[in-house]
Amino acid sequence: MDATEPVGILPDIYIRLTLDGQNETAETYTLRVMDNGSGIPAHQMPLALGQFLFSSKYKLKQARGTFGLGGTMTILYGQITTNKPVMVFSSTGTSRIVEYRLMIDIERNKPIILDRKIHVNPLKDKERWHGTIVELHLEGSYGQASSKVLEYLKQTAIVNPYANITFIDPKGRFYKFERTVTEIPRPPKETEPHPHGVDVETIQRIIRSTKARNMRDFMKKNFHRVGDKTAKEFLKAAEIQEKVNPKRLRPEEIVTLVQKMKDYEGFLPPNASCLSPLGEELLRAGVLKELEPEFVAVRRRNPSTYLGHPFIVEIAIAYGGKVPAKDEVLLYRFANKIPLVYDESGDVCWRIVRSINWRRYNVAPNMPVAVLIHLCSTKIPYKTVGKEILSDQAEVSKEILNAIREVARELALYLSRKERVRRQVRRLNVFARYLPKIAQFSAGLGGIEKPPETDRLYRSQVVFKDFVTKDEFTESEPFDSRLYRTVLVHIANKHESNAVNVKVLGLTGSQWTELIPESTLTSGSEMYETLRGNFKQVKVLAKSSKPEKEGLIEAYVDGVSE
Amino acid sequence: MSKEDVKKSVVEKKGIVQKDLEMLGTKFCKEIGQGVFPWVEMKSRSTDNIFYSPEFRQYVLGDKTVRRSARVISHLRPFAQMVWTAYFAHELLQQRKTSTLRDVYYSAQAYDVAFQDQAESDNIITDLESVVESPRESFNVYPEERSAVFGDLTIQYTVPGYENRRTNLASHPDGMMIGPALTESQFVETSADKVIVIEKGAMFTRFVEERVHEKFNSILIYTAGQAPRSTRYFIRRLNQELGLSTYIFSDADPWGMHIAMVIISGSANAAHLRELTTPDAKWAGVWATDIVNYKLPSEQLNEIDVKRLKELKDDPRYTGGLWQREIDAFVELRKKCELEAFSRYGLTHIVDKYLPERLKELG
Repeated sequence: MDATEPVGILPDIYIRLTLDGQNETAETYTLRVMDNGSGIPAHQMPLALGQFLFSSKYKLKQARGTFGLGGTMTILYGQITTNKPVMVFSSTGTSRIVEYRLMIDIERNKPIILDRKIHVNPLKDKERWHGTIVELHLEGSYGQASSKVLEYLKQTAIVNPYANITFIDPKGRFYKFERTVTEIPRPPKETEPHPHGVDVETIQRIIRSTKARNMRDFMKKNFHRVGDKTAKEFLKAAEIQEKVNPKRLRPEEIVTLVQKMKDYEGFLPPNASCLSPLGEELLRAGVLKELEPEFVAVRRRNPSTYLGHPFIVEIAIAYGGKVPAKDEVLLYRFANKIPLVYDESGDVCWRIVRSINWRRYNVAPNMPVAVLIHLCSTKIPYKTVGKEILSDQAEVSKEILNAIREVARELALYLSRKERVRRQVRRLNVFARYLPKIAQFSAGLGGIEKPPETDRLYRSQVVFKDFVTKDEFTESEPFDSRLYRTVLVHIANKHESNAVNVKVLGLTGSQWTELIPESTLTSGSEMYETLRGNFKQVKVLAKSSKPEKEGLIEAYVDGVSE
Repeated sequence: MSKEDVKKSVVEKKGIVQKDLEMLGTKFCKEIGQGVFPWVEMKSRSTDNIFYSPEFRQYVLGDKTVRRSARVISHLRPFAQMVWTAYFAHELLQQRKTSTLRDVYYSAQAYDVAFQDQAESDNIITDLESVVESPRESFNVYPEERSAVFGDLTIQYTVPGYENRRTNLASHPDGMMIGPALTESQFVETSADKVIVIEKGAMFTRFVEERVHEKFNSILIYTAGQAPRSTRYFIRRLNQELGLSTYIFSDADPWGMHIAMVIISGSANAAHLRELTTPDAKWAGVWATDIVNYKLPSEQLNEIDVKRLKELKDDPRYTGGLWQREIDAFVELRKKCELEAFSRYGLTHIVDKYLPERLKELG
């Protein structure tokens, strides 16, 4: 996906896993992964895939990987377990598609090219295929891993709602995670490292490649948010001569420099242009698409920094729908748009979520509530080399906690509103049940033959019964509200997935006025409103939220005389 | 109140309650037709509205009222239940049938206004008592517990099928059950000049066997522990209509004492009702001082007994000299005994010695 976003291509990812064979001890599979990214230039292909630490860049931006190890590691794992080469096809959208058959020379960390072919890329210009296909063989056990694999793909789909992800498993089962948006988050800009966030190794790499001849230029050109003035002031404070050639620095001087950089407080904080958060809209779309919740709230916090590394926290909270109900609040963790699916309980996110008193937010055990935490940073504070769990960085943890609190408050509001609706409906049911009885027994008591009509006290009318919405607003039958001082409207969306838009109108004189402005009811949700004012009639209008997506609603209007 | 008036009121009372209930129904119907949520007002029975009235010598309710309206959602169910109970009571009166608290609880289920438990239905019945300001017996709902009466009293039935039939309450040696029929009967004549109320069944039987009713010109009443309301009402009628003096014999402990007190001055639970008390009745024993004077076998008071005595000490109904004297005596002695304790000195000791002495002492 990192190969598509920067060039504005909507990612299409195709993954196929097939079982090649199995014996008593092992199963071998063929894994084929295809993307529609920018492709790898032909001359770089062997190195990109067949050599570790291919990248020599020191500049920073948010990326899914850290060192580009993931792909090569997989190839190496395949080679170790099956001793078979990897096949790579790639095109950058030119007239050629290049194919390599590669193995890795592990001792010398060099690719071994077994075969190289050039294919013609048919079609013309923009219609030409671009992207990369990697096919390798590996040992494993899909039976054991399948639930994690599917969970990983589903969560990937949550934070990449603009991607199509297709997976075919060894049994031929077809999984498709379809995009629901066509918008791509703003790609990150590459920036120089912030002086607070560099280590000795990085400084050495910068020194090797820099063109600066003195320390002042060195500071100005190679570090994030360091200008002429800041460079001068820092060097003065660090007692380093401005004219010293960086390439002449002795190793112990480099160590001192790094320490001074970390300690100096005059640097401007890093900005977040090197980050690429999803944004609230895309995160919401991802959650809606994969969890289909009844309610979702999202929050993107403002950029912040820890140890010189910029970061952004994005949080979503989802309730109901397909969110599973567990004893405790469900947690989904993401770092730079990658799901973290292992070792949840060791993660600082887990600790934060557990530390919250959820009852304060009307959340009880066994309620279907999920919290999604997405951390974007140029350096994710992983606790271990396995890159599965986040460590506790005070600044990051604080942002996470505050963001969760914000969305949890919204959930609390939603839940209390839902509870209110439930109570109100029950309230009206009590009227409907007991008023006729009171009338009946009173009549019996008073020796009156016919019990009095209770309509003047309370009347409930179904104005929409299992009504299928259309693309245009349809009016319900009107409710005669002249007798009642209080009129209540209750509308329930009974469709299993589609949303509906509704509004409520009231008749005063000969004018229909809007009493409840157009609002959207998501699947399974209800609204309950008390109308203020005197109206002759009240009616409900409903239509489908999205064209050609029918909704199903039920609406009641109740009148109470006092 | 003259004797005639009392008699008349007994007969007419149910007619009045029946009318009250009908008017309640008419009022509700009218309100519903006008679009007004039906409501009733009654005196509050919360503890802060219960006061002791030295004038009536019983607990009464203050001026605070509560309004039950069908408009209030939390009142709606109890309101419907109360209207049903009124309707049911009216049916009972009209058909001249009777029911019990337990019976009412089950009957409600046939009308889809079911009570959760009997406590709920009992409470609704008490509400209705407050609304019509009459005890439930006046709308033919009687308690389950039954006590008995024995003695020379001729009564005339008013219940259906027995109208104008007469019977003498000395005709059956086990006593006659004080049930709805007896409660509603009219008193014709008696040779007795007093009523002796006894807490314990064994003593009641002993008194009958020893012909106390003849020897002491008395009507004997067995309460079976705390006297049911219909029995309290019956005792009151004997006192008010026939002018008989009333003596109560119960165990010598705070609980026995209180059985006598409830007959005399009523309970806080019935503060909304009148005519259940017999203020002129006398607690005749067994007193704490009797334990010493008659050398009765006794037991130690336990902690709960002592605690109860402390409560009674401050209870406004216990202001009289006799009460305070006996409470202090209990506390000092730390002893209690039962009515049966007299049997220590022979089966007839209580009738031969204790009873005449005590009646003489009380005048």
